Amino acid sequence: MTSRRGSVRHQLRLACEPDRVWDLVGDPTRLAEWFPGVESCTVDGDQRVVTTRSGLPMPETILGVDASLRRFQYRVTSPLFKEHLGTVDVLDLDDGTCLVVYSTDAEPAALALVVGGAARAGLANVAELLGADIVVGSGPPTSSPRSKGAH
Amino acid sequence: MGRKILLVTTDQQRFDTLGCNGGMVARTPVVDGLAAQGIRFERAQPQSVVCMPSRSTVLTGQYPSTHGVWMNGVPLPVDAPSVAEVLHGAGYRTALVGKAHFEPYIDPFLRFEENALSSTGTEPAAGLHRGFEHLEMATHGAVGPLHYPRWLAAHHPEALGSFYSALDGSLQVNAAGGGETGAPQVKVNTIERGIYHTDWVADRTIGWLDTVGDDEDWFCWMSFPDPHHPWDPPESEVGRIDWREVPLPAGYPEDRAARESILDAKPRHWRLWYDGTLVSNYEAPAEWVPATLTPDQLREVTARNAVECELIDEALGRVLDRIDARGWGCDLDVVFTTDHGELGGDFGLMFKGPYHVEGLMRLPLIWRPAPASAPVGSVVTRPVGLVDLAPTFCAIAGIEAPAWMEGKALPVDDADADERGFERVLTEWDSDIFGTEVHLRTIMRDHWVCSAYLPGTSHDGTEGELYDLSDDPLQQVNRWEDRSVRGLRDDLVADLWDHQVSARFPRLALEAPV
Repeated sequence: MTSRRGSVRHQLRLACEPDRVWDLVGDPTRLAEWFPGVESCTVDGDQRVVTTRSGLPMPETILGVDASLRRFQYRVTSPLFKEHLGTVDVLDLDDGTCLVVYSTDAEPAALALVVGGAARAGLANVAELLGADIVVGSGPPTSSPRSKGAH
Repeated sequence: MGRKILLVTTDQQRFDTLGCNGGMVARTPVVDGLAAQGIRFERAQPQSVVCMPSRSTVLTGQYPSTHGVWMNGVPLPVDAPSVAEVLHGAGYRTALVGKAHFEPYIDPFLRFEENALSSTGTEPAAGLHRGFEHLEMATHGAVGPLHYPRWLAAHHPEALGSFYSALDGSLQVNAAGGGETGAPQVKVNTIERGIYHTDWVADRTIGWLDTVGDDEDWFCWMSFPDPHHPWDPPESEVGRIDWREVPLPAGYPEDRAARESILDAKPRHWRLWYDGTLVSNYEAPAEWVPATLTPDQLREVTARNAVECELIDEALGRVLDRIDARGWGCDLDVVFTTDHGELGGDFGLMFKGPYHVEGLMRLPLIWRPAPASAPVGSVVTRPVGLVDLAPTFCAIAGIEAPAWMEGKALPVDDADADERGFERVLTEWDSDIFGTEVHLRTIMRDHWVCSAYLPGTSHDGTEGELYDLSDDPLQQVNRWEDRSVRGLRDDLVADLWDHQVSARFPRLALEAPV
């Protein structure tokens, strides 16, 4: 892998009202309910500390919780990452379904893959928790990892 | 009471590192002895030349396109079929000790079962994991959640820092050099030999065997992490082989111009990697430029690799002694192989990647059938694959191979191979990571190796490689564009595509770099 930065996006189209999805993924305190490998998380203002199943604390800064856009953004500030930006969007498709998109941009690129891989499983958990069917065969396909620059 | 099965795998071991295969550097009397008593395969190939897809093939008896682990970092689904499960269902006790690597290692969330299992013990909560009732896992070095690092931290914490750091600060595979020549992935390791992972794997295998009843049948996969890089065997053992005395490999043209001329006749990702422009496999150190490899660095790596092979041979000898002491020796089948090879200086390259040549493709494979079955020693020259191992274990156990296995039980000699149609062996490569995409398919038939490329980052899908091993065993003359063999090439390509299995759809997700 020659890229230092990596961007990974995963998305699921759910047969579910977007507000139901947003109530879960837009609440920073509820992460452990749906994101795999998260034992707990504590939120204090714009600071969140996630503790993974391996016992690793991941401090984060919450950049925005925009209910009107249904967009949640955060940065992992752990020294494991040189840079990180995570974005969760819930997009209303106006047909009783919504698209949930989890985007990870990170350096090093390896961690974008790791977080992105967990996020993919997390989106499947969201569908299961909400009892929402996954709509297959329409909407844009899940993207493959893409480079953002090479050294 | 039936036959017991000991599957011994190493990681990234070349065919020519065994004495019985003509190797002149490492002394491997234990494996050589098994070969003398049993069947030595001259042409065994993996179905993928990287760990996770290849190991998944061993477990499932399926091609990567079928089991779905198309590159490292793609986890094998936990409900994938498993030969261990079949054997357990037939009454076998089952264990896997050492390197599994069916799931990614870089896992801070501890969400993959093998990593999580290591924190809870050696017996899966559900009773079985992939058909194994007992798992004790290790990989290269002492980092991560697996059993070996945990054991080392608990009993020998002073040794934790003695290993080479496989990854650098950017979580890329480390390019830092060491030893006496500054060779990449080399480090002086002060760890005591007895607690190095090779001996630990043998010790834990013996420990598990000691829990098995005398009259029980068992299948044990003993999986050594070496001689995969990093090359950091216990320093106390490094003096066995003076690297200065090690000959350069036949596949390493010492003359730079000659080396580069050979590379230039191959598809362009060969030369791009050599020059450090394109790294298409995460496990090759991204910051290392192969063109900088010196003959002395190659000698030192070859010597350290050979030391690791010797330690494995000795560790296997200890396990076999224990098995004999238990009275199982006459009923024991031993299969010794590896998951894929190592470039080992061929063409001036090391490590591995999308390069379907002998260093990576020609594997050591020895099958010593149970002496009670009165085996006749033989050498099989016909092509076989790791996909054939799972059905072989079923045959040893006297059970029918399930329909989902795609290989055939290994032949016992060439006549058997001819009778049962061992004509060709196929290997796949797919990688698609951060904008670098490579896809190729290879057939080995008769004495020809033919690779066809599919469109990717560096290829438009018209490229290929064609080598005649009968007069070019070092694969230095690419005859893909040679008009005099065009008909043969077309026939091989047609045969290659005729025998491809359908690719799993949708493709499984890449979830980590390795």
